[in-house]
Amino acid sequence: MNDEEYQSVPAKEGWLDNPKNVQRVLRWLFISCAFLVLVDCVYPLINHDKHPYFKWEKWPGFYAVFGFVSSAVLVFIAKHVLRPLVMRSEHYYDEKGDKKGGEDA
Amino acid sequence: MPDLPPVPPAFIYLLGALLVPFLRGRARQVVALAIPLIAFFNYFLIKDGVTYWTIPGFLDFEFVLGRADKWSLIFLNIFTVLSFCGILYIIKDNKALDLSAGLLYSGCAMGVVMAGDLITLYMFWEMLTLGAVLCLLTRRAKAGRNAAYRYILVHVFGGVILLAGLVLHIAGGGSIAFGGGKENVIGLSGLASWLIFIGFGVNCAWPVLGSWLTDTYPEASYGGVIFMATFTTKTAIYVLSQTFAGEEALIWIGAAMATIPLFFAVVENDLRKVLAYCLVNQVGFMTVGVGLGKLDSSILYESQALNGTAAHAYCHILYKALLFMSIGSVIYRTGKSKATELGGLYKYMPWTCLFCCIGAVSISFPFFCGFVSKSMIMSTAAAENHFIVWLALVFGSAGVFHLAGIKVPFFAFFSRDSGLRPKEAPSNQLWAMGIIAGLCIFVGTFPNAFLYPMLPEVVDKMYKPYTWAHVTDLLALLLSSALAFTLLLRAGFYPAAMRSTNVDFDCLYRKSGKGMYFAFDKLFNGANQFCKTLFFDKIAGALSSFFVAAPSTLLSWFAVPVWKIQGKSDDEIDCLKENLFAVGRAGAFPIGLTALLGVLLLALLSVIFVLK
Repeated sequence: MNDEEYQSVPAKEGWLDNPKNVQRVLRWLFISCAFLVLVDCVYPLINHDKHPYFKWEKWPGFYAVFGFVSSAVLVFIAKHVLRPLVMRSEHYYDEKGDKKGGEDA
Repeated sequence: MPDLPPVPPAFIYLLGALLVPFLRGRARQVVALAIPLIAFFNYFLIKDGVTYWTIPGFLDFEFVLGRADKWSLIFLNIFTVLSFCGILYIIKDNKALDLSAGLLYSGCAMGVVMAGDLITLYMFWEMLTLGAVLCLLTRRAKAGRNAAYRYILVHVFGGVILLAGLVLHIAGGGSIAFGGGKENVIGLSGLASWLIFIGFGVNCAWPVLGSWLTDTYPEASYGGVIFMATFTTKTAIYVLSQTFAGEEALIWIGAAMATIPLFFAVVENDLRKVLAYCLVNQVGFMTVGVGLGKLDSSILYESQALNGTAAHAYCHILYKALLFMSIGSVIYRTGKSKATELGGLYKYMPWTCLFCCIGAVSISFPFFCGFVSKSMIMSTAAAENHFIVWLALVFGSAGVFHLAGIKVPFFAFFSRDSGLRPKEAPSNQLWAMGIIAGLCIFVGTFPNAFLYPMLPEVVDKMYKPYTWAHVTDLLALLLSSALAFTLLLRAGFYPAAMRSTNVDFDCLYRKSGKGMYFAFDKLFNGANQFCKTLFFDKIAGALSSFFVAAPSTLLSWFAVPVWKIQGKSDDEIDCLKENLFAVGRAGAFPIGLTALLGVLLLALLSVIFVLK
């Protein structure tokens, strides 16, 4: 395969190239998150079939908060603690004089 | 159905793997695709609870090639389905090595899950390594060959540990029977069982032992990685469930697997490596499930944990293969797999993008397959009051969706426009992805259709995934994880994809060679140099100059007084002495002088003799 083949299709205009549509997607994400937190608060009042194993699960919005915070913590630790520890040059494992790892013909 | 006798599925695949290289063109494609179909038909002939294909009387051991129970059958089922889709995915290239590697690998994995004794198990277990190595070689690049070499080294290491454990186990009076209930659970009790445990752990990609997985999977060919992601770790989960179910160490090992790799995945640039880290995370869920469960248990949660493990292995194989396939198609069309080099492909590869998104949401969204299996393990961890483990699993759920579910599709298909304008994936790849995507949705929406009835452990109350609370809780968890990704990305806080290598424990064996080389270079070459300086330069030089100068010096002691008596001046004596030393260095004393020296030596000896 060569570079020409990567460019084998004429450029297209995508749905997400319009910033309005990106805003639309984001708006729906925010709305659904808010809706789910709301459901979590209201649902225990009308139905009691939720059987939490731990008391944390009873707090309204526990899963939403946990999901958000844990993702943020995950990214924070990975970026500020792990990356400085483990990041090396892209050719860290390559042998001398073999910078590309070369595909066979 | 007529009463045809089934044949060992491994043999069907091995025969196919041997046959494929001798065929050409369309015939090769037809045979390669027919093998999984024949095996699928054969699967329906194998009956639960029957033992097939025993070879008695060999070294007093009885080899069992077909111990069919619900455990082996559910794994056999998904392996067969996946082998068909995997072969379909790579059929267009029609390369003998790729097809043979896929068939051989599938056959060996089926050999392991059908094995009824430890020796048969070990033989197929080791052949799995061969299949994986061939899949790495199909990359046909130096990177793939190097990875294959490392893969062999690590797995031979694991295989030898396992073999040592098995030999000790059998020599110590242990039964060679494998699987089929709690009487064959080995359990951690002595050296033999620990060695077996660790030998299995290498293939199960445990922390430290398992860095081969994230090291080598991204180096495989675009199709080979699908077989690799399916067979090795899942057969390891299967054998652990049969030999070490209920071992508490597994719960903690699994919790570590479900969390630690995610941090590496955040900073990783190669999308296939991100998927490999997420694979370890999901195998961690299964490992926890094996640790929580006990075979043939009458306790609901112990059975449910094992059912969750089997169900999750089934679903995980589906969506992980789908994700690897979609990224594989991107590689097939663009030759690139790094986040820094991709983006905006949804416009050019819409179907591949759709299948990637289905694979992504199948990790845990309601109405997709991961939802109905993973939560069985999580709810068991909660019910058994393993708070930290449960927290680790919830964290693992949110994190893996954040990474494999959002990061991978986002950077490959959305993100910025990378300027790549590839064609859509070939139709055979789309069909393979389509079949798996359909299964992901079907299994997730109708878990009672065939997944739950296949589950191995008997429970009086089957798990119900679709409760209002469970659906909303999980949706809240996943969407808020997506929200975090979006907000961090838009705030510019998300770690930028960087062209880099992140070291993991694989540096233990990738760099230790160089370290050893360095140490040996310094130690042995240093010693060599020291000895050369001491013996050759210093001692030999000193001896040489001693023997060269000694006769002249000795002679000069006699000659100088004689010259002085003769009345020679100091200048003349110096000149004569110089001549004498020049003759000494050249070793060219006249015969008279040599004779004189000899007489002097004899005289000295005589004096010493007399005095003594």
